[in-house]
Amino acid sequence: MDAIDYVREQLVEKRQWSDFKPGDNVVVSYRIVEGDKQRIQDFRGDVIQMSGHGANRTFTVRKMSSGVGVERIFPLNSVHIDGIKVLKRGKVRRAKLFYLRELVGKKAKIKERTQLRN
Amino acid sequence: MNGIIGRKIGMTSIFNEFGEYVACTVVEAGPNVVSQIKSEDVDGYSAFQLAYDAAKSKNTSKALKGHLEKAGTGPKRTIREFRDFNLDKSLGDEVRVEEVFAEGDKVSAIGVTKGKGFQGVVKRHGFGGVGQATHGQHNRQRHPGSIGAGSDPSKVFKGMRMAGRTGGNRVKVKNLRIVKILPEKNLLLIKGALPGHKGAFVMIEKK
Repeated sequence: MDAIDYVREQLVEKRQWSDFKPGDNVVVSYRIVEGDKQRIQDFRGDVIQMSGHGANRTFTVRKMSSGVGVERIFPLNSVHIDGIKVLKRGKVRRAKLFYLRELVGKKAKIKERTQLRN
Repeated sequence: MNGIIGRKIGMTSIFNEFGEYVACTVVEAGPNVVSQIKSEDVDGYSAFQLAYDAAKSKNTSKALKGHLEKAGTGPKRTIREFRDFNLDKSLGDEVRVEEVFAEGDKVSAIGVTKGKGFQGVVKRHGFGGVGQATHGQHNRQRHPGSIGAGSDPSKVFKGMRMAGRTGGNRVKVKNLRIVKILPEKNLLLIKGALPGHKGAFVMIEKK
């Protein structure tokens, strides 16, 4: 495992984002390369899980797109991510919010955390 | 064909120059020692014999120790031959990973696949299993079905695919690509999967 950790350390550049957690509402600006053109697409939704650790950490963002749930997994250190903006801090009690998949409407809403825990 | 003996470490993924997330196998490749040079005149073909991975003296036969002593090196765990090796090396020289490969090279990997034990035809040969799970059928979902006709030919043809020992075969995976070389730790990153378990020896050959 040491060699693998070494490879990750050497070859995956760790990127710094503003701190976010599962339950937060975020906008991920993702750079899309089409031929020689580049554009930035925003993906807005709730973070429902963070998984992996170190260089291999990923997070999943879920949003409702015209009534259909859409989930996207981003590697935290992806070079294509232009920025991650936290819009709302969510008040949740677990680290993986998969229960949201079964819920619709008002029940699928995450309450906002007004007081930031230290 | 130039090549090197390595040891499979495991898999990880890295970002390439296009920002794509590429799954790679990490191979600890060498440094190998040239333990014998076979030539057209003496052996009938030209090849380099490489040795890799220091072994304990007590676990190595006297014959092998004597053979490696000729190259001026200690006991080694594995010895492999590479035909038509065209690096300028002499007996006892070290072969390092950065001398053999460059990033972006096409390579093949030879290794022994993971042993799976005695397996049925569905896993071993990719059979679909028999029929339905409903309509009264209850106990033969993963069976091979018929293995031939009856009184004519009155036998089962040779080579009929049946259940048996699976895995543990020597295989060669072609058209792999080297993503990265880390010479300071003798590491090689190859796109995709390689045969064998972690710690297994693999021969990496340049195409």
